[in-house]
Amino acid sequence: MKTLVYINGNHAHAKASFEAVTYAKKLGGEVIVIASGNGSDLAKLGEYGASKVMVDKSLDHGDAQQITKLIAAAAEVTGAEVIVFSHDLVAKAVAPRLSVRLKAGLISGAIALPDTSNGFSCKVNVFSGKAFGLVSVKTATKIISLLPNSIQPELNGSDCAVEDFNGNVGAAAIKIIDTKIPEGNIPLPEAELVVSAGRGLKGPENWGMIEDLANSLGAATACSRPVADIGWRPHHEHVGQTGVAIRPNLYIAVGISGAIQHLAGVNGSKVIVVVNTDPEAPFFKAADYGIIGDAFDVIPKLNEAVKKFKAAH
Amino acid sequence: MKILVCISKSPDTTSKIAFTDGNTKFDENGVQYIVNPYDEWYALVRALEIKETSGGNVTIITVGTAADDAVIRKALAIGADDAVRIDAEATDAYFAAAQIAAYAKANNFDLILTGKETINYNGSQVAGMIAEDLDLPFVSLATKLDVNGSTLRLEQEIVGGLQIVEANLPLVVSCAKGMAEQRIPNMRGIMAARTKPLQIVPAVAVDAFTVYESYTLPDAKKACTMIDPNNMDELVNLLHTEAKVI
Ligand SMILES: Cc1cc2nc3c(=O)[nH]c(=O)nc-3n(C[C@H](O)[C@H](O)[C@H](O)COP(=O)(O)OP(=O)(O)OC[C@H]3O[C@@H](n4cnc5c(N)ncnc54)[C@H](O)[C@@H]3O)c2cc1C
Ligand SMILES: Nc1ncnc2c1ncn2[C@@H]1O[C@H](COP(=O)(O)O)[C@@H](O)[C@H]1O
Repeated sequence: MKTLVYINGNHAHAKASFEAVTYAKKLGGEVIVIASGNGSDLAKLGEYGASKVMVDKSLDHGDAQQITKLIAAAAEVTGAEVIVFSHDLVAKAVAPRLSVRLKAGLISGAIALPDTSNGFSCKVNVFSGKAFGLVSVKTATKIISLLPNSIQPELNGSDCAVEDFNGNVGAAAIKIIDTKIPEGNIPLPEAELVVSAGRGLKGPENWGMIEDLANSLGAATACSRPVADIGWRPHHEHVGQTGVAIRPNLYIAVGISGAIQHLAGVNGSKVIVVVNTDPEAPFFKAADYGIIGDAFDVIPKLNEAVKKFKAAH
Repeated sequence: MKILVCISKSPDTTSKIAFTDGNTKFDENGVQYIVNPYDEWYALVRALEIKETSGGNVTIITVGTAADDAVIRKALAIGADDAVRIDAEATDAYFAAAQIAAYAKANNFDLILTGKETINYNGSQVAGMIAEDLDLPFVSLATKLDVNGSTLRLEQEIVGGLQIVEANLPLVVSCAKGMAEQRIPNMRGIMAARTKPLQIVPAVAVDAFTVYESYTLPDAKKACTMIDPNNMDELVNLLHTEAKVI
């Protein structure tokens, strides 16, 4: 069996890319990477189990239609039966197109390896993380889009060959005018540690202590929906049922009540810490560690404790 | 401009999620259905705004059974001109997309809008599948959409940031937060919705690619460990030694 993994060259060294290759390796067969763009040192993907990387460097900012054609061409020459993506914003645009093009069923947002004892089925999040579903694929070729932070990257190989590949993808129908990527931001869905705050912080001027704590931990920042709606924080930080769904190792929620729609997007987190003045806040029911206290008092103290810990470790 | 907006239903966001028939079916008992928030707040409202400024027609389409007519009327009350229901249970994303694509092929729309994702199955699949089936370009997760003749300028979410793009019609776009502001239907809209045309169209023969076999609920959380607000060293210590996350 052959498995093809799509990697966006510009994110080839993101943890999510290593996770996708590791996942593909665990499926048991040979793993081949098809990459687009100008990423450097693609050979490193071999360390996670790829036997070969095929790359189309001409496709640096391809649109979804072009990337779909590239992967389809690679699937044809390799005869891959399974195609793996990391479930990021490129995958959300490309994997569904590829599914129709190859007549291959798509498992979107897989959180575990497939069960192949009876057909081919895989566990996914449904109802915004309030439940899990087991989806089986009925088509011969299968596509899996793996939710970030679902498995740990594992080193089990060495650098591999990198070959140029021409997907003959034609011209882009979509013209990119400008790209805005804030420097140094950890993309929320990939972050292992997240510090998040809500309306309990009273105003945008009070986010300094949240950012300080996030910096000390090496965490990304997030917020509740009303906070993004009133413009205290940017929209891309809004987590929950109608925002970004995340599943970090640690989620620290400060001054957030824990409404069901908020919990829906964060309850996949491995460990949840809640800081709230109200002992009755519903978030405590979903928390592993709770602190009943005033954020303005607790967060600076927590930051000091984290710094002390970091200095000692 | 002729705009098609894809509408699906989803359980009210406060619904208790449970399953029946040996955990193979979603338990609809006591569940209120709403228009999927992304479809209603962003895709539909932006379509209406475009119609209000540059004219045209907004058709909503749902792949679903008669039970979904109530949700369709809710979307009509917000202001869509007419509705189409493809009369079949949408068993998977491909089945739904193939139905919508077949209808769109026969009816020539300039712009097809969907929500970012359904909040029940969260696949974010249908829009891309429609685009591929129709061989049209696709802008995913758009947070802004401006019309300039037959050219559209859009802002979309990309990994780690935003991108501004231009595309020509016809086009498929999935709509995310930022695109428009939620509209609350008024009494006149609700009355008018009752008599707006709702066309029922038979489904085309398509085999689903995937099947939901069963469901499980997350394990119940163990009780929360409470920590003294004056002892943050203990929290850090527990996060390191017990939870092993830092
Ligand atoms: C269809 C729908 C979809 C939604 N989707 C989302 C979503 O995706 N994400 C989301 O977050 N919400 C969502 N919501 C909104 C959700 O219902 C809540 O209204 C929202 O999560 C509340 O935000 P909050 O906890 O920041 O604010 P509040 O509910 O106002 O809570 C503030 C909390 O801060 C505490 N507090 C106050 N002062 C302090 C202090 N000094 N120190 C510590 N704690 C303090 C209070 O005790 C309180 O618990 C949705 C709602 C609907 C209807
Ligand atoms: N049964 C359906 N009928 C019409 N549109 C749908 C249906 N299912 C999904 N959609 C549209 O496709 C979008 C993405 O859905 P999904 O791929 O299920 O996350 C939704 O926001 C809707 O706009």
